[in-house]
Amino acid sequence: MLERITEKVVSGKRLTGKEALRLFESDDIFSLGRLASCVAGKKNGRKAYFIRNRHINPTNICVNRCRFCAFSRSKGQEGAFGLTVEDIIGKLKPYCLEKGGLGGISEVHIVGGLHPEWPFEYYLEMISTIKKCFPKLHIKAFTAVEVDYMSRISGLSLYDTLSTLKASGLGSMPGGGAEIFAPEIRKRLCPEKISGERWLEVMETAHQAGIRTNATMLYGHIEHYKHRVDHLVKLRELQDRTGGFQAFIPLAYHPKNTQIQGGYTSGIDDLKTIAVSRLVLDNFDHIKAYWIMLGEKISQLALKFGADDIDGTIIEEKITHSAGGLTAEHLAADQLVNLIMKAGKIPVERDSFYRKVRP
Amino acid sequence: MRKEKVEKRITRKEALSLFQSSDLLELGMKADETRKKLHPEGVVTFVVDRNINYTNVCINKCRFCAFWRDENSPDAYVLGRDLLFNKIEETIELGGTQILLQGGLHPSLDIDYYRELLISIKERFDINIHGFSPPEICYMADSADITVPETLRLLKDAGLDSIPGGGAEILSDRVREILSPKKIRSSRWLEVMENAHMLGMRTTATMMFGSVEKPEDVIIHLDSIRELQDRTGGFTAFIPWSFQPGNTDLGIGDWGLGTGNQKKSKPRPPISKPRFPATAVDYLRILALSRIYLDNVENIQASWVTQGLKMAQVALRFGANDFGSTMIEENVVASTGVSYSVSKEDIIHAIRSAGFKPAQRDTFYNLIHRY
Repeated sequence: MLERITEKVVSGKRLTGKEALRLFESDDIFSLGRLASCVAGKKNGRKAYFIRNRHINPTNICVNRCRFCAFSRSKGQEGAFGLTVEDIIGKLKPYCLEKGGLGGISEVHIVGGLHPEWPFEYYLEMISTIKKCFPKLHIKAFTAVEVDYMSRISGLSLYDTLSTLKASGLGSMPGGGAEIFAPEIRKRLCPEKISGERWLEVMETAHQAGIRTNATMLYGHIEHYKHRVDHLVKLRELQDRTGGFQAFIPLAYHPKNTQIQGGYTSGIDDLKTIAVSRLVLDNFDHIKAYWIMLGEKISQLALKFGADDIDGTIIEEKITHSAGGLTAEHLAADQLVNLIMKAGKIPVERDSFYRKVRP
Repeated sequence: MRKEKVEKRITRKEALSLFQSSDLLELGMKADETRKKLHPEGVVTFVVDRNINYTNVCINKCRFCAFWRDENSPDAYVLGRDLLFNKIEETIELGGTQILLQGGLHPSLDIDYYRELLISIKERFDINIHGFSPPEICYMADSADITVPETLRLLKDAGLDSIPGGGAEILSDRVREILSPKKIRSSRWLEVMENAHMLGMRTTATMMFGSVEKPEDVIIHLDSIRELQDRTGGFTAFIPWSFQPGNTDLGIGDWGLGTGNQKKSKPRPPISKPRFPATAVDYLRILALSRIYLDNVENIQASWVTQGLKMAQVALRFGANDFGSTMIEENVVASTGVSYSVSKEDIIHAIRSAGFKPAQRDTFYNLIHRY
C-alpha cells in the first residue's frame, strides 16, 4: 500500500498532503519506521543528539486560558508565581559553574505565561542579566506567543521586538505555542491564543531577524489526522522560504488537570507521528523526540522511527508535569547516552545549533 | 499441516542469530505477523485480579529483589486472615475473578498453613486462586520432606487452581548462581511446572531479563519453555519482564564491597552488574523474540507494570496480545521504586487507542466481557 510513497521518499521526492494523510492512516508502523529511519540516516547518519540544558519558567501567570493547559494561573490565584531576575540567576548558578557545577549546561530554555503586568523591559533585563552572569550560556527563550505579546505591550513592531531581544542576548527561540494551526481546532483549544497564521508570521520575522527557532505541534487532543497534515505542510512551506527552523518537535497531549481532559496518546500514535513528521518535513534537519512528554522509553524508540534528537537533561519541568507528566523531570547525561547507544545510535552532545560539544 | 509447522519452527541457532543480528523493526514485524496469525481478531485481553503477598519474609534474599525481609525485621509481615478476606472481598466487588497469591519463603510457615489458607479462602469465596510460584512450592515440599507432585496434589486438593510462572528469572544456572544463588535451579522450576501440568493445573511462565544474562541464556530459557510446552501444553502465557535495579543488591553501585550495610556484604559477582535498567529497545526485542520462538504458547503478556502503558501499547505490535492484570494491588515491583497507577478504564482505553479490541478474561483466557 505504501509502495508508491516509499518510492517517492527513496528517490527524494516531496510527499503531498494527501500522501501524508495516508501515512497517518496506515497501520504499518514497521514500514513507516524503516522509511523514516532511512530519511533520518540520510540527514544525520547514525547520530542522535542530546544537550545539557535547564528549563526555567519565569511565571505561570497567564492572560490566556488554553483548554489543554494545566500550568497557567491567574494573578493572585493559589499556586501563581513570578520569578525575579535574581531567582532565575539563582536557579542557573549551580549548573553554570565552570568547576564544581552540576553538569555544566550549555543552554537555558525559558518559556512562561503572558504576565499581565510585566513590561517588555523586564524580559530584556532577564535576558541581559543572564548573559552578563553567564556569557557562554545560550539563551533559547520565548515562544512566538510570548513574542507577539511583547510586541503588543511594547508597541514595537515584531521585527523590532525580536531585534531588541536579540541585542539583549537572545540566542534562539523554542517552537512552542504552535499547537494545531487549523482555526476550527484552535478556537476550541486555545481561543485567546494568537492564530496559526500569526504564529507563522512571528517565526518568519524571527528568521528574518537572524533568530533560529524550533517548531512544535501539540497532537492527540481533539484534532484529526488532516489537521496534523495541514500543520506539517504549513511548516514546510515556511521553512522553504526562510530555512530558519532547526528542529520539529511533536508534543503528545497530556490530559490531567486540563479543561478538555480525554486520554493520553497511544505509544503507537507517538511513534507514527514522529515517523510521518520525518517523512513530510523534508526540509527540516532535525526531528526531536522530547522525552519529557513522550517518556524516555518512547523517546528511545522514536530514534528507530526517524527522530535524531531526544532533547536534554532539563532538570526542572513544570508544564507537562502540571498535566500529568509521567516522567522524571531530569535525566542525567549518562542516562541519555545509554538510551541512545542501546538504540544503536551514536550519541552526540550538541550545542543549541547542533554543533558537537563533546564526542 | 502439522509437519509443515514443525519444519518452519525456528531453531535455537537461528533464534540466536536472529536476536543478535536483526534490527528492532525487523524482529517486531516478524513477531507482529506471528501474533496476527495466532490472534487474528485483534482482541487484547486483561484479567481483573489482585496481587496478594501473604508475607515478605524470605530466606532466599535474591539480589534483584527489593521486597524480601528477614523474619525479625521490623517491617516483616505475615498477612492476617481478616485482612486477606477483606482484600478478596474488595477484589470481587471490583469484578475480579482471580487472586495472585504469592509470598516469600517463610521459615515458620508449613504446608498445613498453606492448605488451611487455601481452604479458608475457597470456603468463603468463589474466586480463582492463582498461587505459589515454583520456589514456594519447592520450599513447602522440602520443609515437609515430601515430593513435589505430592505437594502439588495437597495444594490442589485444598483449592489451588493454577500456578504463576514467577521465580523462573533466567532458566540458565550460570545466571541463577549470580542472581539468586539460594533459589531453586532451572531443572526444579521446570519439574514443578511439568508436574503441575500433569495434574491438570495450568500455569504461566515468566522471564526476568536485563540483569547479567547473555543472549545465549535467553535462548536457553525460551527453549526450555518451548520444549516443556511441547510435552504438556500446560502453559497459558509467557511473560517477559525486565529487571528493575532500584533498592536491590544487584542495583547498588558498589555491592560486594561490604560498606557496613548488611545487605551489601555479598561476594563480588563474576559478571559485572548492569548499570542501567533494560531500555525500551531491549524490552521489545526480547518480547518479539519470545513471540517468534514460543510458537506453542498461545499468549504473550505485555508488562505495563514494569514498562508503563505507552510501552505496553507498543508491545502489542511487537508480539504481545495480553495486558496481564489490572493489578488492584502490587507490592513487589513497587518496592523497587517503579510504580504506575492505572485503573481498569485506563487499561481499556489504552488497548483501544492502540487499535485493538479490549476484553476481560479469566485465568484460563476465556473471554468474560468484551468492551
